[in-house]
Amino acid sequence: MAQPILQTENLVFRYTTGEGVAPTVLDGLTLSIRPGEFVAVLGHNGSGKSTLAKHFNAILLPSGGKVYVDGMDTCDEAQLLDIRRQVGMVFQNPDNQIVASVVEEDVAFGPENLGIPSAEIRERVDAALAAVGMADYARHAPHLLSGGQKQRVAIAGVLAMRPRCIVLDEPTAMLDPVGRKEVLDTIRRLNREQNITVVLITHHMDEAAQAERLIVMHDGHIVADDKPELVFQNVDGLRSLGLEVPEPVALLYELRQAGVDVPLTALTVDQCAAVLKELLA
Amino acid sequence: MGAIIETKQLTHIYSQGTPFEHTALDSVDFSAAPGEYLAVIGRTGSGKSTLIQHLNGLLRPTSGQVLFDGGDIWAGKGRARQVRCQVGLVFQYPEYQLFEETVYQDIAFGPKNMGLDADEVDRRVKQSARFVGLEPAVLEKSPFDLSGGQKRRVAIAGVIAMEPRVLVLDEPTAGLDPSGSARILDNIRTYHQEKNACIILVSHSMEEVAREAGRLVVIHRGAIPFSGSPEAVFAHGDELEAMGLGVPAMTRVFARLRSMGVDIPPSVYTIPQAREAVLTTLHRGLHKAENGGSQAASDEKGAE
Repeated sequence: MAQPILQTENLVFRYTTGEGVAPTVLDGLTLSIRPGEFVAVLGHNGSGKSTLAKHFNAILLPSGGKVYVDGMDTCDEAQLLDIRRQVGMVFQNPDNQIVASVVEEDVAFGPENLGIPSAEIRERVDAALAAVGMADYARHAPHLLSGGQKQRVAIAGVLAMRPRCIVLDEPTAMLDPVGRKEVLDTIRRLNREQNITVVLITHHMDEAAQAERLIVMHDGHIVADDKPELVFQNVDGLRSLGLEVPEPVALLYELRQAGVDVPLTALTVDQCAAVLKELLA
Repeated sequence: MGAIIETKQLTHIYSQGTPFEHTALDSVDFSAAPGEYLAVIGRTGSGKSTLIQHLNGLLRPTSGQVLFDGGDIWAGKGRARQVRCQVGLVFQYPEYQLFEETVYQDIAFGPKNMGLDADEVDRRVKQSARFVGLEPAVLEKSPFDLSGGQKRRVAIAGVIAMEPRVLVLDEPTAGLDPSGSARILDNIRTYHQEKNACIILVSHSMEEVAREAGRLVVIHRGAIPFSGSPEAVFAHGDELEAMGLGVPAMTRVFARLRSMGVDIPPSVYTIPQAREAVLTTLHRGLHKAENGGSQAASDEKGAE
């Protein structure tokens, strides 16, 4: 079996505060993600999911335990550059991630810093913008783009580094429905066509439902790790953690409570309609 | 009943007379009644933020009028400033605007600026903290030591403390987890009911507006193509889709069912409605099947 692209072993993380009190954010977390997986991470605010994400490219280093990226220990400073080349990060606010005043220059920022020859930078920038559907905007000013377009430029900037893995921390929180769909479609396509490993941290249950694997975090622990259609069957459990289920599952759950025998596995609108048709036809 | 806040032929042009000239609102007639809970939906860049910034006089119309209680807010000197206490505006990510040393002081900032005496300020701080579900102990903490959801509730309390008759909130649940979102929406509903205030909620979540608001106003390219009950607005599914807005997941499930030939009501947009519609259809179907069944049985008898 292929070596995991991301791996944590008994990962512990504590923030140090002024008073010296150190709340434990991640409490002995062991996790392994294989190359090419599309993993979503859910959890309430403060559950530790963003802290976990920041360990995946050594923005944060463990207080205890280990984090490996493609077998490299993130505590090994000599490998820091290689680790950051392998794992790209995209954050919530697109405006905080744009550094240049022209889209293509922004995308070129990463590869330029890697000291890549300019002909290859050109090639990488063009390919990255094409991959996120923003090739037509190469010469545009980023601040005039929509939120969804800005996030796609941010993703292109990461792609130009040719990472094997992209970690996205609530990339759609500030976007309208069209922007959200643009970003999600882009992520799914990169995962499918370029086999890039995706870790998507989100509060949107319908986005989590699109992943192949869903991890639920609570108080620094992993409390569920399975296919979304299985995780979302535990409606009461998720609600007790302050989470929700996709609307189609919530409807089917209500129907089951009313004594109707329907499965809880329909995550999408189409699947839900198919279940109801079976029931009503 | 007359409108509490209203715009008449409101037009706003940014950077007028420059190459960057952009008409954000074009002759918009908008109105909200006292005690109404309405939601404004529209894509990023549709003009909705420009509209709400006119409602409390942060932006001045290029042409047209903004009326509060029937009077033009730009008619007299200082009126726009008075209106700012009556129309509270909670911006996106308001937690970034906290600045005082304690939660108490932060919430007190608005009422103090209104020139209220200390007792009244105190009453309002405590009452608005209660509205947003902040424990009294939290009032003495630094706002920067709170969680994201708590900070946002402090920011909303700061606006509520001015006891505005119109409360406008721009995406108050963005970036919060489901339970954090549910609490904020509960807080807003409490304020709406107890103070009979007019609520104007700006949101990107069709499910959220379908659950919360009595009336929806759609903004698209600086104009209002439709407004009305959620039922009436979501009946324009295809047009909303074309505007990049869409309809709630439940509405899509039911549209899909109808397209597959299932006889089920079209105007469904929340989970409780969907549950009722499915159960009713199911019982009707069972009833039919039972009748059909006994008919068949008696036919059989007759044949014997």
